[in-house]
Amino acid sequence: MSTRPFASFGTINAMPRAEETHPLTWRLRDDGAMVALDEYRDKHGYEGAKNALGMKSDDISELVKEAGLKGRGGAGFPAGVKWSLTAKGEEMPRGYVVCNADEMEPNTYKDRMLMEQMPHLLIEGMIISALANNAFRGYIFLRGEYHDAAASIERALAEAREAGILGTSVLGSEFDFDIFLHTGAGRYICGEETALINSLEGRRANPRSKPPFPGQSGAWGKPTVVNNVETLCNAPPILYHGKAWYLGLALEGSDDGGTKLFGFTGQLKNPGLWELPLGTPAREIFEDYAQGMKDGYRLKAWQPGGAGTGFLLPEHLSAQMCSNGIDEVGTRMGTGLSLAVDHTVSMVSLLRNMEEFFARESCGWCTPCRDGLPWTVKILSSLERGEGEQGDIELLEELTGKLGPGKTFCAHAPGAVEPLASAIQYFRDEFEQGISHPRRAAHAEPIPVGSI
Amino acid sequence: MTQPTSLIASDRARPEFDMHDEDRHAIEHEMSHYENPRAASIGALKIVQKRHGWVPDGAIYAISDILGIPSSDVEGVATFYSLIFRQPVGRHVILLCDSMTCYIDGYEAVKEALARQLGIQMGQTTEDGRFTLLPVCCLGNCDKGPAMMVDEDIHGPVTPDNVMQLLETYS
Repeated sequence: MSTRPFASFGTINAMPRAEETHPLTWRLRDDGAMVALDEYRDKHGYEGAKNALGMKSDDISELVKEAGLKGRGGAGFPAGVKWSLTAKGEEMPRGYVVCNADEMEPNTYKDRMLMEQMPHLLIEGMIISALANNAFRGYIFLRGEYHDAAASIERALAEAREAGILGTSVLGSEFDFDIFLHTGAGRYICGEETALINSLEGRRANPRSKPPFPGQSGAWGKPTVVNNVETLCNAPPILYHGKAWYLGLALEGSDDGGTKLFGFTGQLKNPGLWELPLGTPAREIFEDYAQGMKDGYRLKAWQPGGAGTGFLLPEHLSAQMCSNGIDEVGTRMGTGLSLAVDHTVSMVSLLRNMEEFFARESCGWCTPCRDGLPWTVKILSSLERGEGEQGDIELLEELTGKLGPGKTFCAHAPGAVEPLASAIQYFRDEFEQGISHPRRAAHAEPIPVGSI
Repeated sequence: MTQPTSLIASDRARPEFDMHDEDRHAIEHEMSHYENPRAASIGALKIVQKRHGWVPDGAIYAISDILGIPSSDVEGVATFYSLIFRQPVGRHVILLCDSMTCYIDGYEAVKEALARQLGIQMGQTTEDGRFTLLPVCCLGNCDKGPAMMVDEDIHGPVTPDNVMQLLETYS
């Protein structure tokens, strides 16, 4: 057996960890290799799934709801509520559990660690989700670039089938359930849950109109629940230790239960990934775990959880990292992996880089996103060159509204303009420095179209 | 020089393509994982690409025959996804992360060093057919940025000074 450490091997493998306090990482090996089936079972693996097999599906959803587990993929929707909304019953066909392992949100590297090193925790979480949602089959939709994670998952699936954990009679019960690995071929938009379903079905990854929500009609028209990797990995400890313990893991002031994989990157002394209680103050993660900025760098701004969350100022580090804590300072926790922007970075240039990314990754389905995002890139590029016009900032602000929530098919464009709106709010002077001349007149002469 | 490929395969006469038996079986195996054969379209394109390095026009028709869906649908999928190549690429594909964390960590200097040393821009292939350089979304290696993937290997932190040495191992 290979014990080669994976690329995700890092700070998280060096942290003190215990079953009572670190439900996601206590089983991790010091050498960063995958925790295989025998070792996983020795450490209470699949005990949560066994408990779930003795429960009614609605009771599982209710337990997860009361434990305060919120989606860890970025949107933060309560997982138990999502499960309770899945259509099930005598007259409904059994559907699918789809694990969203299309981790592509910029500055997010948590699901990769879980899949490379702890694939059995994910499989166990999917079995529990399948029981709660009456699913007959699961898919792990993994981004194509995660080759090491694919190898771990394939190995874990084979181990689980061999041991009677997947397939007919899961763990000796009357429940049948199997999981297949589905690897993608690029495109950020596949992480949007209805685009992901289209991609799973072998189509272009355009988001679908909602309603119907996937819980009513998802993959091949069947009830489908889509959950993030880290969300699913929280289900086994909840089923094994109970809701009171799970709620108690979070710190006072957090509406969310449990722990979270947090990170901090940028020009820091010790960038990394750590499992910490929900509600941990951002300053503690920044100063105690990431050990602050490298010498010669000053913190200018930070982003709490991915490209689609808003920028915050150093004073906002006092906020607690939990959904309500970051809501209070005006944005969303997102994936919970934060980025430090240092004093050498121009906000205009950074936003140009970010909007280029969002514009490129637009699926092109709806007009505000397809045409609006390249427009922001064009304006930001001219501001970056110092060639902006009077009114450009107001135009950008107008676009942040017109590409905002409710104006587009999915959350891609709203996510793209959230950091832009906050950057203008906090660093307007930097944008103003890019303006060099008054607005040019519109074309006075008709634009020639050539001879007919 | 290679022939330019058409964007719409169905506009052209159907080019020859011999689907390798092993690949056909692999595609049929993929199909068995889903309710509908169409779901194997991305997997099928990846299987063909693994053998040939890219997806030639003829493969679009061959895949559409196996899956029983229109060739235009296969082409629609092939041209949507960034890791499916509809023209020949180098022996090694360099995916350079251009997301914001790597941008802050110094991605642009690495991009310039690569462009200068390899003599190509993003989206191009070196004259000797060794490397193709492409941008990619966040590779999930942000604590070790700037990040770069060559074929199936992830590297980081990559710097203008160490990047060419890293590439030397890819012949």
